[in-house]
Amino acid sequence: MNAPTPPAAWDTRRQGRQRRLDRAASLGVAGRQVPAARIGALLEAVIEPGDRVCLEGNNQKQADFLAETLADCNPERLHDLHMVQSVLALPSHVDLFERGIASKLDFSFSGPQGGRLARLVQDRQIEIGAIHTYLELFGRYFVDLTPNVCLIAAQAADAAGNLYTGPNTEDTPAIVEATAFKGGIVIAQVNELVDRLPRVDVPADWVDFYVVAPRPNYIEPLFTRDPAQITDVQVLMAMMALKGIYAEYGVKRLNHGIGFDTAAIELLLPTYATELGLKGKICTHWALNPHPTLIPAIESGCVESIHSFGSEVGMENYIAARSDIFFTGADGSMRSNRAFSQTAGLYACDMFIGSTLQIDLAGNSSTATLGRITGFGGAPNMGSDPHGRRHASPAWLKAGREAGGPDAVRGRKLVVQMVETFREHMAPVFVEELDAWKLKESMGMELPPIMIYGDDVTHIVTEEGIANLLLCRTPEEREQAIRGVAGFTPVGMARDREMVERLRQRGVIRRAEDLGIDPRRANRDLLAARSVKDLVRWSGGLYAPPARFRNW
Amino acid sequence: MENLEFRFNAQPARPAAGAALCGVVGSGNLEILIRPGDEADACTVSVKTSARGFGKIWEAVIADFASRHPVGGTRIAINDMGATPAVVTLRLGQALGDYTGGAQ
Repeated sequence: MNAPTPPAAWDTRRQGRQRRLDRAASLGVAGRQVPAARIGALLEAVIEPGDRVCLEGNNQKQADFLAETLADCNPERLHDLHMVQSVLALPSHVDLFERGIASKLDFSFSGPQGGRLARLVQDRQIEIGAIHTYLELFGRYFVDLTPNVCLIAAQAADAAGNLYTGPNTEDTPAIVEATAFKGGIVIAQVNELVDRLPRVDVPADWVDFYVVAPRPNYIEPLFTRDPAQITDVQVLMAMMALKGIYAEYGVKRLNHGIGFDTAAIELLLPTYATELGLKGKICTHWALNPHPTLIPAIESGCVESIHSFGSEVGMENYIAARSDIFFTGADGSMRSNRAFSQTAGLYACDMFIGSTLQIDLAGNSSTATLGRITGFGGAPNMGSDPHGRRHASPAWLKAGREAGGPDAVRGRKLVVQMVETFREHMAPVFVEELDAWKLKESMGMELPPIMIYGDDVTHIVTEEGIANLLLCRTPEEREQAIRGVAGFTPVGMARDREMVERLRQRGVIRRAEDLGIDPRRANRDLLAARSVKDLVRWSGGLYAPPARFRNW
Repeated sequence: MENLEFRFNAQPARPAAGAALCGVVGSGNLEILIRPGDEADACTVSVKTSARGFGKIWEAVIADFASRHPVGGTRIAINDMGATPAVVTLRLGQALGDYTGGAQ
């Protein structure tokens, strides 16, 4: 019997790491701290063509100096990099592909760079592996997309190379863990070098190099919604959601999306929801970024706990002063963690509620529109029913039994889509076919970029009412339930009026009047705060909104 | 500008006020005035709108409203600046609520 040939070596990754460190040493870089002027040379020394590189782009904090430096590297030295990063937020992230430094991308969200990304795909300057949800991408960091090099951002380093991330810890632990423990190289940009860190978020022996960046890393205030922009229609929808879903199911543990629709709900918790006697019975525990619009609910005693994916600009002092609510270190500042919060959103929450741009007749929803590849971030994760869940709660059981009858063997996550039937410029949200299908064709994708699958959606809330898809028994009922809340869009106008009326008799569709809601109360006066200044007042002056949200 | 006129048969309203005014003329919003009309079992609606070409949707929105609420014996005047059907329906409901004192 022939013995299988053993590989020549079992430590090629470690050898590769040493090779890279030797090249760095030959640059004369002594110790972990690298001067900003030498960082380009360091990147060219430690990164090899074809490497998988994770450039830390979060929702909020960005390793922008390292991104720009990498984009300025010589494409003859560095090329065919495979970028594995959660968010493509900065122009420099896309420059990497335009300049021929990187060629392949696995990511989660691209937001404002979505248009440029789509053009690169059409021009065949980029190969997209897949558009992931965050937790899925982090999972692959530990399976088949482990980075050779990661370029991360932190608030501060000490001389030894320990890092303090500040409140925006976000993706850093997941990225560093995957890289440092599989023979990779970890390079951090920091805003400042200090003698003593407030706390250590990443220990020095996981960090190979750090650089004090010429300017503080960019942070996007992505989760601030100005209450002044919330409309009366959004107040009406929020009232319906609170009375028809939150109260009905007793939803205590949840995640909210970032739109104005859910901001309206947050601002009705101290007013309308409290008036309905719901304080303490709903919305007590959250997986949520520190939304400024939740301040009035926190101050009114409606909220017990919030774990966050990242922080939010201006909320730092408020969070530090409310450590019973938020997760904070012994130093007082927040510690966020996207991987853990996404896990909480998946398994430990009973509801996800968010908005979207398009919904089809099966309830599939997508934010992808023609000519833009934006990705989805965390929504596909939190907006899915986790079949691995085993613990019960009243909301989860009620939803499961509505769908599967009294003997159902599992509950259901409540996955709620909340939309006005028309977007700006009278673009209908309800459509016969999602743009995602055309995007699949034009981009040569294997799957249409659907954000939340219809079979995960349990409720759709519009200004016309609530459709409870758990109670639909056939695909036809489901289609008519969706048409029945689709308002005056072409999809809504084409409803079978008799069937919709029957669904309403069964409570599958509920209108504001069915819920006992007087439309005259659907007024901005019902919001606990009607401006950013009101939020500052509620916080006792602890919330310090960014300049763009200050108009007084 | 576009002027639209509609008339729908409807169950008679029971007014509690002589007239009701709701909303403001502002971007994406509209102003609705409900007053007593000439026919007890019909509602006449005149719309002045800044957005041209949406006559069919206006007709559908108001027909739906007239079929769901007793609005007979009223005259409704609307000044619109590009409100969505969601806003139109909400303001109609609010104005009628004020006109009938909450009884719908």
